Amino acid sequence: MSRADEHVPMVDLAGERLLPARARNLSPIVPRASIATRALVAVVAIMTFLASITTGMVLLVSSSAAEWQSEVGSEITIQVRPQAGRDLETDAAAAAGAMRAQAGIVEVKPFTKDESAKLLEPWLGTGLSFDDLPVPRVIIARVQPGTALDLTELRKRVAQVAPNASVDDHRAWIERMRSMSGATLLAGVGILILVIIATIISVSFATRGAMAANRPIVEVLHFVGAGDRYIADRFFKHFLLLGLEGGVIGGGVAMLGFGFSESIAGWFSGTPVGDQFAALLGTFSLRPSGYLVLAAQAVLIAAVTAWASRRTLFATLDDIE
Amino acid sequence: MVRFENVGLRYGLGPEILRDLNFLVPAHSFQFLTGPSGAGKTSLLKLLFLSLRPTRGLVNLFGHDVSLLGKDDIANLRKRIGIVLQDFRLLDHMTTYENVALPFRVIGRDESSYRKEVIDLLKWVGLGERMDSLPPILSGGEKQRAAIARAVISRPQLLLADEPTGNVDPTLGRRLLRLFIELNKSGTAVIIATHDVTLMDQYDARRLVLHQGRLHIYE
Repeated sequence: MSRADEHVPMVDLAGERLLPARARNLSPIVPRASIATRALVAVVAIMTFLASITTGMVLLVSSSAAEWQSEVGSEITIQVRPQAGRDLETDAAAAAGAMRAQAGIVEVKPFTKDESAKLLEPWLGTGLSFDDLPVPRVIIARVQPGTALDLTELRKRVAQVAPNASVDDHRAWIERMRSMSGATLLAGVGILILVIIATIISVSFATRGAMAANRPIVEVLHFVGAGDRYIADRFFKHFLLLGLEGGVIGGGVAMLGFGFSESIAGWFSGTPVGDQFAALLGTFSLRPSGYLVLAAQAVLIAAVTAWASRRTLFATLDDIE
Repeated sequence: MVRFENVGLRYGLGPEILRDLNFLVPAHSFQFLTGPSGAGKTSLLKLLFLSLRPTRGLVNLFGHDVSLLGKDDIANLRKRIGIVLQDFRLLDHMTTYENVALPFRVIGRDESSYRKEVIDLLKWVGLGERMDSLPPILSGGEKQRAAIARAVISRPQLLLADEPTGNVDPTLGRRLLRLFIELNKSGTAVIIATHDVTLMDQYDARRLVLHQGRLHIYE
């Protein structure tokens, strides 16, 4: 501190900061210390974090489900089962031929006996002879995207050449996937709504508390002719900043969590749990648009905080003369 | 400027503490409001300041029927009224200077436009050395003067003061009365509620005397 500064009298503004006496009119009309800031920032941060995690998980599941659906939806699987008195290889070749003849099919890939056996390896292990086992032959056909196939007609045609073949377009599985991702989305939206309601209630209580603690200030402001809007604005600024602070902390931590989740998932790859997660949620990474959604959500929660406090402020000001 | 017609006031279901008040407060007038303790002086001041609404009768302030006013209208009318209350109502987290400048700050005036005015007034009321102090360390008399300075700084059209010299010595009391008289000469209507007969004897002005809820006027 310089010698000149030592002679400047200091003013203690409600314990918030020391100011040189010549710096006038700098005290906030509503001291920030009079509002339960830390508790409210923590509440908003926790709410934003929970909302972000929920939204992030919903986005991951939705995008994975969409990928599965698009992959599976463009495929048809034909399963030719062995039957006594019929040659499996001939039936499989005939079914593949029937599929190739179908308009809208762009690729037909019959699995050989060895390839079919390989598909069973995870369940039956290696080193087994499949000659004695009635292993069905699988044929995968890729459908041109946007083509609507007449599945009944296709089934009839395949059945004519290979009576033991079944044609599956995975519709039932896709429906299950769709309802699962729909349920996940619904649960996510439900949690989000609960989080927002809890935020509104917490903020309303905090605002009421702040108004009660600052009632003498409000009365003096009324005495000097300040309108409700002016007074509400003095409080509102604090609550908006609190909401933004909480939103940035909660949303930021959630985003960091998703940012690191890919690396964390990498540590578990090869383990049963890791593989299950990878199968369910892919690489466990959010797209850039996902991060934008999380940022927008943090801003939304800050806005909800500000709106709830403003609404409570005006309701409380009506009771103070 | 102020007109009361058959005004009555009661709190809740209690007895009527102000009854059939009929009086006018003309612009630029000066009056003392007096009466024994509990006569309703503070309640009458609150009616004049729009902190209370009458339970019956008509109160007309600056040409407005107060029963028809919304909250924003009341806030706008209060900008034309200065009030000094017995309990001062200073904001403890603001310096004396900031407390006195509050009416200007609320209307959004730039600090540089009123700085000299506030400092001059603070010096005039003897608070020149205390302008950077916070109210908790001021004496009762200093708080009183700060509250008076805040009430008069914006040169209101109507000044209401509840026992404004109750906490100061006679010399300063005379000085504060002088301030009110000067303010009145510059156009402000002044109503001073007081018990202090000595103060009232120092200036020949209209007296409104409240007794048992009724008002007697001595011109």
